[in-house]
Amino acid sequence: MKRRGGWFGAALVGCLAVALAFLTLPLAAIFLQSSPGDLLGSLDEPGALDALGLSLQATGIALALIVAVGTPAAWLLATRHFRGRALVVTLVELPLVVPPAVAGVGLLAALGPSGLLGEPLERAGLDLVFQTAGVVVALTFVASPFYIRQAQAAFSALDPTLLEASRTLGASEARTFARIGVPNALPGLLAGGALAWGRALGEFGATLVFAGSLSGVTQTAPLAIYERFSDDFSGALALSAVLVAVSGAILLGVKLVSGPGALGGAGARG
Amino acid sequence: MRARPVRAVAALAAGLALVLGGCGGDEGEGADAPRLTVSAATSLTNAFEDYGERFEPATARFNFAGSDELAAQIRQGVKPDVYAAANTKLPDQLFEEGKVEKPVTFAGNRLVIAAPRDPGEVSGLDDLAKPGLKLAIGAEGVPVGDYAREVIGRQPETKARAILANVRSEEPDVGGVVGKLAQGAADAGLLYITDVTAAKDDVRAIELPDELQPSVEYGVAVVKGAKEPEAARRFIDGLLEGAGLRAMRRAGFEPPPASP
Repeated sequence: MKRRGGWFGAALVGCLAVALAFLTLPLAAIFLQSSPGDLLGSLDEPGALDALGLSLQATGIALALIVAVGTPAAWLLATRHFRGRALVVTLVELPLVVPPAVAGVGLLAALGPSGLLGEPLERAGLDLVFQTAGVVVALTFVASPFYIRQAQAAFSALDPTLLEASRTLGASEARTFARIGVPNALPGLLAGGALAWGRALGEFGATLVFAGSLSGVTQTAPLAIYERFSDDFSGALALSAVLVAVSGAILLGVKLVSGPGALGGAGARG
Repeated sequence: MRARPVRAVAALAAGLALVLGGCGGDEGEGADAPRLTVSAATSLTNAFEDYGERFEPATARFNFAGSDELAAQIRQGVKPDVYAAANTKLPDQLFEEGKVEKPVTFAGNRLVIAAPRDPGEVSGLDDLAKPGLKLAIGAEGVPVGDYAREVIGRQPETKARAILANVRSEEPDVGGVVGKLAQGAADAGLLYITDVTAAKDDVRAIELPDELQPSVEYGVAVVKGAKEPEAARRFIDGLLEGAGLRAMRRAGFEPPPASP
C-alpha cells in the first residue's frame, strides 16, 4: 500500500478531495445558511410538520410494501436460474434509470383515470391520483428497485453450502428462506431498505406528476420545499436541513446496525 | 494490470478537458451570436419559442417555470438577461429590490375554467362547487394560482368555500394543471385561455363572466447585471411592437388591459 506514492497517489488523493468537497458543500451550505432559530421556527409552522409527517407516513408504508414483496422476489431471482432471468432483472431495475417525471407520466398513463387500468381501478373504488395512496404508489415505484437489487445481491452472496445443508436436512424452501436466507443476508437487506427509504424520502417528480401537490394529502417534504423556495427561502432551507438530518440518520443507523461495508455495494457480507 | 487505472485516469482527464473545452468553445461562439437567456412564465412557452426563432439579434434560450420560482432564483443571485412574469407584482417587487430594471407591461390574458375535452360535466363556475368535483389550480404565489383565488374570492362565501374544498392539487405552474386535465385526473381547473388554446385537443375552455375576470397582465424587465443587456432590451422592444408582439397575438395573448 505504501508503494502507492508518486503522481498517481497524488492524483487519487486529489480526485477524492474534489469529490468530497463537491458532494458535501451543498449539504453543508444548507446548515450554514439556516440558523437553529430559523429551523425551529419553520418547524412550528403547521404546513411544515404536515409535510414531514406525510413524508414519514408515505415512505413508511411504501417501504413496508417494498420489503414484503421485494424480499421473496429477490430470493427467487438470487436462487433460481430460469430462462429470461436477465430480462426480468433488467426490467425490475429499469425504474432506477427512468427520470422521475417520466415515472409520473407512466403511472398516470397506467393507473390514472384515463389510463390502461383506470376503469377497473375506478370500479374497485381505488382512487390514486390526488390521494396519499397515489403518493405511496409513486414512492414504491421509484424506490423498490433499490431494495430488490441490493436484496438480490445479498442473497446471491450467501454461502451456497449453507443453503444446501438446510435443504439436505429436510427444510422446506420456505423454511430455508426464513431461517437461513433472511437472517444471514440481513445486513444487505437492511442496507437495501435504507437506500430505498432514502430514495423514497427524496422523491419529487413522480409524486408531483402522478399524485399532485396538496398540503396534508399529497404534499410531501420535498414538494413543500419546492413550494417554499419561491416565497420563503429560509423556510425551504430549514425544511431541507431536517430532511438532510433525517436521511443522514437513516444512513448512519444502518451502518451502525449492520456493520461497516453494509452499503458498500453488492457484497452483503463485505 | 498496472497500466489500467492510469489509462482510466488519463481517459477521465481527457474527458474532462473535452467538457471544459466544449464550454469554452460555447463562450467563444457567443462573441459573434450573443446568447440571450430568458426566464419566462410557463404560460409564455409557445409564444416565446415562436418569437425566439425569429429573434435575430441573439440566440434566445428559455427557462420556463412558474413566475414565482424564477423570481426566487433571481433573488438568489441567478442572472438571466430577461425576466418575464405572468403578473406585474413580481417584476415590480424585483425592481424595488434592485434586482431588475424598470419593468414594462407587455401583454394581457384571460382566465378561464378549463376542463378535459371528453366528459362534459363542467359548464360554469357553479359546477366547480359541486361536491366531489376534482379541481386543480396553481399554488399560492404562482400568478395563475393567485388569479384563481381572486376569482374564487369574488364568489359568495359558502360557494367560495365549497370550491376551495374541491381543490385536489396545487400545481407549481400552468403545465401541471394542463397535464392533470389532459389526463382526466382533474375534472376542472383555472387556466389562461392561451394554455387551453395550446392544448386544445385535450382541454376545452369555459369563459368566466366579465365581472369576475381578474386583470391578467404580463410584466417583463431586463435583469440587472445581465450579460447581454443590449439584446435583452431589443427582445423586450420586439414584444411591444414587432416580431414578439406578433408571436404573442398568434398564441392568443391580448394587449395589456388599459390602466385604470
